[in-house]
Amino acid sequence: MSENGIGKSVKRREDKRFITGKGKYTDDVRMENQAYAAFVRSPHAHAKVTGIDGAAALAEEGVIAVLTGPELVGDGIGNIITGWAITSKDGTPMKVGAWSALATDTVRYVGDAVAVVIAETRQGARNAAELVEVSYDELPAVARGDRALQPGAPMLHDCAPDNMIFDWEIGDEAATDAALASAATVVELELENNRLAPNPMEPRSAVAIYDEAEEHYTLYTTSQNPHVARLVLSAFYQVAPEHKLRVIAPDVGGGFGSKIYIYPEEIVCLWASMKTGRSVKWTSDRNEAFMTDAHGRDHVTKAKMGFDAEGHITGFKVDTIANLGAYCSLFATATPTYLYATLLSGQYNMPAIYGNVKAAYTNTVPVDAYRGAGRPEATYLVERMMTTAARQMGMDETELRRRNFIQSFPHQTPVIMCYDAGDFGGNLDKGMAAADVAGFPARKAEAASRGKLRGLGYSCYIEACGIAPSKAVGSLGAGVGLWESAEVRVNPVGTIEILTGSHSHGQGHETTFAQIVAEKFDLPIESISIVHGDTDKVQFGMGTYGSRSGAVGMSAIVKAMDKVEAKVKKIAAHQLEAAEDDIVIEGGQVKVAGTDKALGWHEIGLAAYTAHNLPDGMEPGLKETAFYDPANFTFPAGTYICEVEVDPETGVTEIVQFTAADDFGTIINPMIVEGQVHGGVAQGIGQALLEQVVYDEDGQLLTGSYMDYCMPRADDVPFYTIEHNKTVCPGNPLGMKGCGEAGAIGTPPAVINAITDAIGTNELSMPATPLKVWQAIQKTRAPMAAE
Amino acid sequence: MTEVTLTVNGKAVKRDVPDTMLLVEFLREELRLTGTHVGCDTSQCGACVVHLDGKAVKSCTTLAAQASGGTVTTIEGLANGSLHPMQKAFNDNHGLQCGFCTPGMIMSGVDMVARYKAAGKELTEHAIREELEGNICRCTGYHNIVKSIQQAAGEM
Repeated sequence: MSENGIGKSVKRREDKRFITGKGKYTDDVRMENQAYAAFVRSPHAHAKVTGIDGAAALAEEGVIAVLTGPELVGDGIGNIITGWAITSKDGTPMKVGAWSALATDTVRYVGDAVAVVIAETRQGARNAAELVEVSYDELPAVARGDRALQPGAPMLHDCAPDNMIFDWEIGDEAATDAALASAATVVELELENNRLAPNPMEPRSAVAIYDEAEEHYTLYTTSQNPHVARLVLSAFYQVAPEHKLRVIAPDVGGGFGSKIYIYPEEIVCLWASMKTGRSVKWTSDRNEAFMTDAHGRDHVTKAKMGFDAEGHITGFKVDTIANLGAYCSLFATATPTYLYATLLSGQYNMPAIYGNVKAAYTNTVPVDAYRGAGRPEATYLVERMMTTAARQMGMDETELRRRNFIQSFPHQTPVIMCYDAGDFGGNLDKGMAAADVAGFPARKAEAASRGKLRGLGYSCYIEACGIAPSKAVGSLGAGVGLWESAEVRVNPVGTIEILTGSHSHGQGHETTFAQIVAEKFDLPIESISIVHGDTDKVQFGMGTYGSRSGAVGMSAIVKAMDKVEAKVKKIAAHQLEAAEDDIVIEGGQVKVAGTDKALGWHEIGLAAYTAHNLPDGMEPGLKETAFYDPANFTFPAGTYICEVEVDPETGVTEIVQFTAADDFGTIINPMIVEGQVHGGVAQGIGQALLEQVVYDEDGQLLTGSYMDYCMPRADDVPFYTIEHNKTVCPGNPLGMKGCGEAGAIGTPPAVINAITDAIGTNELSMPATPLKVWQAIQKTRAPMAAE
Repeated sequence: MTEVTLTVNGKAVKRDVPDTMLLVEFLREELRLTGTHVGCDTSQCGACVVHLDGKAVKSCTTLAAQASGGTVTTIEGLANGSLHPMQKAFNDNHGLQCGFCTPGMIMSGVDMVARYKAAGKELTEHAIREELEGNICRCTGYHNIVKSIQQAAGEM
């Protein structure tokens, strides 16, 4: 079939504009009558706002307006919503504190927006924002989730006097307690999953354009899901009716979850555009991004796992406190519940599981889904537990894992998920072979001769992608459906435009989506284009997150292509006087199989639009639409093996080898899939070794720039070894599972297990900085005899 | 205000701009050359790298006035019509995903290859990784960026 079809590492078609500086990102947009917004932000973690005086700012030349929360509320702009309703174990609904895009009377984190200045220039707006005088009465603050739930902690929202958003459970507590009580061995672990800042390299940005004559708004914005942004801005924030609001997410410079949400700044820019009659642009700087982009992770967990005498898991009990920050962000409540605790079974047979998750308000930036979203937290817990258990029981850790691997599918876990396919032993075999585990003892001995400690760490992760079906997620509290839409337009000349509700912000959809079309209709890829990211062009879509663009987005395209194929065959059968079943599409032609009767693909297109000779009753045109709602999640899984060398004198860890053996089902473009794994692994290494958002006790953000928050650099990571295993996902037409988050999910426990293997302790927390590793090494050493 | 005179991508330009205007603002806002990006406020990320008088500089920490009289090459001016070997290598090796850091990566890559060649030093994988200290990418895990620079180093 097509030389650019499924399974080919086609070079990216979108690259040319990026490598020549012709990409068009939101901050590159400039309107004729553009003004600039700068936000006045709280320097306090928690305070009452007692007064705002914008007079000095307004007096500055070029300042157009100073706008505040009470005016915003007065204009009927609604509070920011959260999209997933969680019910506590006592049956009460979660406690959602009011969140206005501009604070009305209280600020709850450093960076909470209080007012906005609109001015003729960017610098003018910033300078004037410094002149807005805000009076605060400071209140006590709390930054850690566990401390926020302690009696007497400062209270953030009246609706949640104990700062508890929900106290949720999953699984069977009595059965799990019984299993632990009768276990031959119980392994206990306490872990923190460090708070991270997503840090796409393009800061968030918005350009809002109000057309007074049409009462119409256009918003250019850095979004992973422009249609959802339009829906929420319209239905909940009352900025404009949906048909009077166009949202465009042009080239977007990375997202990793942080650009799913509809933030205060976009709402305020739209509203300010209407108030001032000007186009209003705002672009975050990096410091603002650290203060306002939704953070990720931030769990504190205590867990117990029971084993029988042969090392079979009998029960797993987990207590987690999730810090959700000052307000409930859009999908914040789903992340530590249905995206976390439903994966606690890992790759293993576990007869009983019980998870309790308490979510806390704190005086920090709201926390929401960041690459992996809940699944990295589950994987880190399960895989550190398996390694710790093997060490405690004196077993080989790969043997312990194999003994517990799920072998037959479908497999119903005790925590909702039904795994549809997998080959966990095969993934481990491939990973071990590629990592040359057999040669490890020799490498360790060689490293020891140089004074270095070498360690090997494993992580056998499973995750759930393509969250679905809509009916099921609706029953669990989701406020949206999680299908995807596609439209396939065959033009009269035979070229094809694919309109998709998925959004590409680095994933390469303009290439991979075209590959499945080239494959299906056996056409040159040059004749296919992909349209996305504009609510005026694409009917509706749910966007890109949760590794859903392949399994869900491409499936919708396949469904629409099936309809086009059926119509093409009907037209060809009619014109060639043959049976539809005998028509084949290949090599740019539509043929009667086994004969020389054929029409060019372009002739079918033309025939559909001239409509001179179509079957009786057939509508003209050749354009089909499909909405695809998956029957189940997909379950990518794999084995990651990390090899490290630790310098015991300095605590510095070097990752000397990293092997990823993933089962993503069908792969459309191996080059792009491997790129996704590379990036995810680097983010996982970042979490394990380098990254952490730090607040002090009073809620001051200490990591507000790249001087303080350590991003992975090129010399922190190695070349990665990537292997693929393949079990086809039975749930979607292409058999795809999703690859976007695996690296970030599977990597952290592999790195930490490798370091703890090297230095001989189970006690080490992320990020494993040289100081922490050095301290852990000192603890393992026998105390020196008293001098 | 200050008068800034520059040769940018081979064209002479002259503008009166505020004294505090950064070179990156001059390029993006005055000349509308938006291929040069701003990814941080602290000169760490390298999305803003351009060549000033033949050397890689971070245009977010260079005043336009400081550069006056100089010659600037941006990503838009790296090659005329065709692709520079470094640009081609990034496409060949999937050295970019979202594309935001890419102009800075390419400009840094061209600079490092030229410096090592001029000094007669071998640009090893280790050297490339250390040279990229001032360029952050969040998408690629650097694997294919290093491969891209290795390929281009062999072709430049």
